[in-house]
Amino acid sequence: MKIKVIVTLKSGVLDPQGKAIQQTLNGMGFANVKDVRQGKYFDIDVDENDEQKAKLSAEEICKKLLANQVIEDFKII
Amino acid sequence: MNSSVIIFPGSNCDRDMDVALKKFGFKNKMVWHDDDKLPKSDLIVLPGGFSYGDYLRCGSIAGKSKIIQSVIDFANSGGLVLGICNGFQILTETGLLKGVLQQNKNIEFICKNIFVKVNNSENKFFENIDKDVLELHIAHNEGNYFCTEDELKSLEDNNQIAAYYCSSDGKVDDKSNPNGAIKNIAGIFNKKKNILGMMPHPERMIDQSLSGEDGSIFFENLLMNLK
Repeated sequence: MKIKVIVTLKSGVLDPQGKAIQQTLNGMGFANVKDVRQGKYFDIDVDENDEQKAKLSAEEICKKLLANQVIEDFKII
Repeated sequence: MNSSVIIFPGSNCDRDMDVALKKFGFKNKMVWHDDDKLPKSDLIVLPGGFSYGDYLRCGSIAGKSKIIQSVIDFANSGGLVLGICNGFQILTETGLLKGVLQQNKNIEFICKNIFVKVNNSENKFFENIDKDVLELHIAHNEGNYFCTEDELKSLEDNNQIAAYYCSSDGKVDDKSNPNGAIKNIAGIFNKKKNILGMMPHPERMIDQSLSGEDGSIFFENLLMNLK
């Protein structure tokens, strides 16, 4: 089954790319954009029919490789 | 003294490191990332570069490569490990060193000479060194060292900060911080101080006519400390 994972920087961790995007958007006329945080999105196809099992292995995958938990959080959706 | 330099796909400072180590008297061997055993070594070096194209996060894929378990075992048994630039990033990704190297604060690739104040107490890398402010070279996009407040406190309490970015006369201030690194940190040790990770490249400063020679001071001193 397919699992979707989003990895984002923890709040409080500086995100220079997000900041640059926000400033560019402001410069383009989107004056109402107050903040942008950039993240990563993964589509993972796990050879598993049991949703619970698939999510458990996705969690391990996130902890061991996809996210660096010093600065990043992950969400399995 | 025997050293080994690990080559990952995308490493690009491996041969410079090989030249530097040999110039100062190390018997160096190059080790491919897909090997699982290390040759007998007194020093293992993880070189600079862009291992695996910096995919996912810098150093994250190299940190799971086949040879790494041997490097971790070597380090945990007290062996000397040096990670330069991408090597430093790999060491944080394996968990051998605390923290993480984030993108530079100004979102620019920085390539220039800088000065670092080195910690010359209780470690084989800088002990007995003649100069405590070295002019070295940096070339990186992700060198902005970051760790949690608790980790920073423990690094400071255990004397684990190996090098600070500073001015030419050794002043550690915001002006001399090239990449936004927390507390101007350019390099750190593990608790036992047998592992050093740092962003600056000593191997690029070993020839008076090409660069400077503060890297030579580093390698000569390291070899003396190992003898």
